[in-house]
Amino acid sequence: MIELRGLQKHFQVGEQVVQALDEVSLTISAGEYLAIMGPSGSGKSTLMNILGLLDQASAGEYLLDGVNVNQLNEAKRSQLRSEKIGFVFQSYHLVPRLTARENIELPMVLAGVPPRLRQQKLDELLEKLNLSERGQHRPSQLSGGQRQRVAIGRAIVMRPRMLLADEPTGNLDSTSGAAVTDLLESLNADGITLVLVTHDQALGARARRQIHMFDGQLRAEPNG
Amino acid sequence: MANLERSLTASFMMAWADTFIFVSQVLMRQRFRTVVLWVAIAIGVIAVNLLTALGEGAKSYVLSEFNVLGRHTLITLPGKKETRGGMPPITGESPRALTLKDAQAVSRLSGVKTVAPLVLGNIEVSYAGKIRESLVMGSSRSFFALRHLVLARGQLLPERGRFKGEAVAVIGSRLQDELFAGKPALGEWLRLGDSRFRVIGVLKTSGTRFGFDMDEVVIIPVVSAQSLFNADGLFRLFAEVRHFSQLDAVKQQMVELLKQRHEGEEDVTVISQDAMLSSLQKILDTLTYAVSGIAAVSMLVAAILIMNMMIITVSQRRKEIGLLKALGASSALVRRLFLAEAGLIAALAALSGWMLSHLVLLLANNYFSDIQFHSPWWAQAASIALALGLSLLFAWLPAQRASSLAPVQALQGKTEQAQR
Repeated sequence: MIELRGLQKHFQVGEQVVQALDEVSLTISAGEYLAIMGPSGSGKSTLMNILGLLDQASAGEYLLDGVNVNQLNEAKRSQLRSEKIGFVFQSYHLVPRLTARENIELPMVLAGVPPRLRQQKLDELLEKLNLSERGQHRPSQLSGGQRQRVAIGRAIVMRPRMLLADEPTGNLDSTSGAAVTDLLESLNADGITLVLVTHDQALGARARRQIHMFDGQLRAEPNG
Repeated sequence: MANLERSLTASFMMAWADTFIFVSQVLMRQRFRTVVLWVAIAIGVIAVNLLTALGEGAKSYVLSEFNVLGRHTLITLPGKKETRGGMPPITGESPRALTLKDAQAVSRLSGVKTVAPLVLGNIEVSYAGKIRESLVMGSSRSFFALRHLVLARGQLLPERGRFKGEAVAVIGSRLQDELFAGKPALGEWLRLGDSRFRVIGVLKTSGTRFGFDMDEVVIIPVVSAQSLFNADGLFRLFAEVRHFSQLDAVKQQMVELLKQRHEGEEDVTVISQDAMLSSLQKILDTLTYAVSGIAAVSMLVAAILIMNMMIITVSQRRKEIGLLKALGASSALVRRLFLAEAGLIAALAALSGWMLSHLVLLLANNYFSDIQFHSPWWAQAASIALALGLSLLFAWLPAQRASSLAPVQALQGKTEQAQR
């Protein structure tokens, strides 16, 4: 599903050129459960940006479902992102002024999904996430675990092929963290490609495949 | 991979109705921010409108003081403008007076539509024991139209009495209030010096015109005034020409005619309003610059106010911009959302500021009857265009900058505590 070939990314910081990604090559198949691990500054975020089509590589190729995304313009990449990729963040990033329901609806609104379809989809999804009671609550009225469930709902509402989760349990206690992990893994079991970015060893170990990053380079291989 | 349900029906173009809802939610659910922004923009518009109205009001006040005669009117004054020792004569003290016969002769010129002589004097006016020093104008019926004097009650001086004295008077509104104290003045006999005049009309309040307080005057037939003051000479002779294009020609004819009637001596001065106004041009120009300067300064203040508010409020939402992009919004869509938001609030705020400034001007115009405050159309248009333009520009610039940042960085790191 995803193929990275010799991906490079460098930033100009003052006089210096920082090599954030150095010859990264990686293949991710559809439905995979992958953990990208490494210390901060290792290039995880940059890789996630690029995988999520939020940033472009300086050199190298990125094929998403056979399409070379480097050759697409910004509007086309946004469309691909909307269609195929969902993000889950450590600090949820819900829009505070919107209710749980409206937060989940937002990607559909941005993508121009007709309102009737949206409501149908929302009822379904809130039910599935056990949030039916909480639909009209603002994020500030929800617990951390509930917020992250809303965020996951928002990430999957467009039925993406791939979920990019950046420390999804980082702000949660162990119980709600476990619930969120379960939810993500059940989504993976349903066929979604799950890419986890974390430096939590225990969480990373749950993935079927781990990749370690260090100084912009990949350091490990599938663990069978 | 497992067969997922296909993606939802999506046009990948956010609907305008949804854009409107999204933007309204931003404005309604972040009320404090909306109110602050609203006030800033409205104040900008109000400042421009009120300050220019103030300047324009002052300017039009000066203009109206000199404008009451109209462009069709020629004014003849006795005496020739020339440099002599001491002060030039301003009243009818030249060797040969301007007389009613001259006025009649002028009225027969083909280009002249109508003439109005004027004799002036101060005299004691009394009624039922109340005495008041008042300005008496002796003239004719046509004088009222020439000076834009309107009656509140009664009638004008009689046409047939144009060149003969009748003991009738039209009085100013305040004079009526003072002397008659609310009682009807029409038909009452007023004493001017030693003579008695019957009040046949009362003027509408018109304030000070051309240096004379028209609310305090007594207007009587010119011949009556001549006998009252025991003087033959006219203070002024107003003549209205039929067509503006003939103004200069008629002026020439009048000078010739009066020269001929005064034994070949050119001893009158004929001026037109334009000539008077041209001598005022410097003052008016200065006033125009002052008004423009006031407008420019107030616009600058408004601009800075709006710019700051917009930059701050949009910059605060960098995180949201990053999020919208992560959720599939293109840079163009992010720009559209922020422009729609800025446009909506700017339009509403500018409109309310515009209406409020009109309300204030309306009240001010009711309160001060002498000066009329009207902000010129270009200032109104500019203030609204400025509010809209600046709001859009300074929403667009930070939104553009924020949407070109890598969104994940904006979402990660320092702002993590902000989610509440």
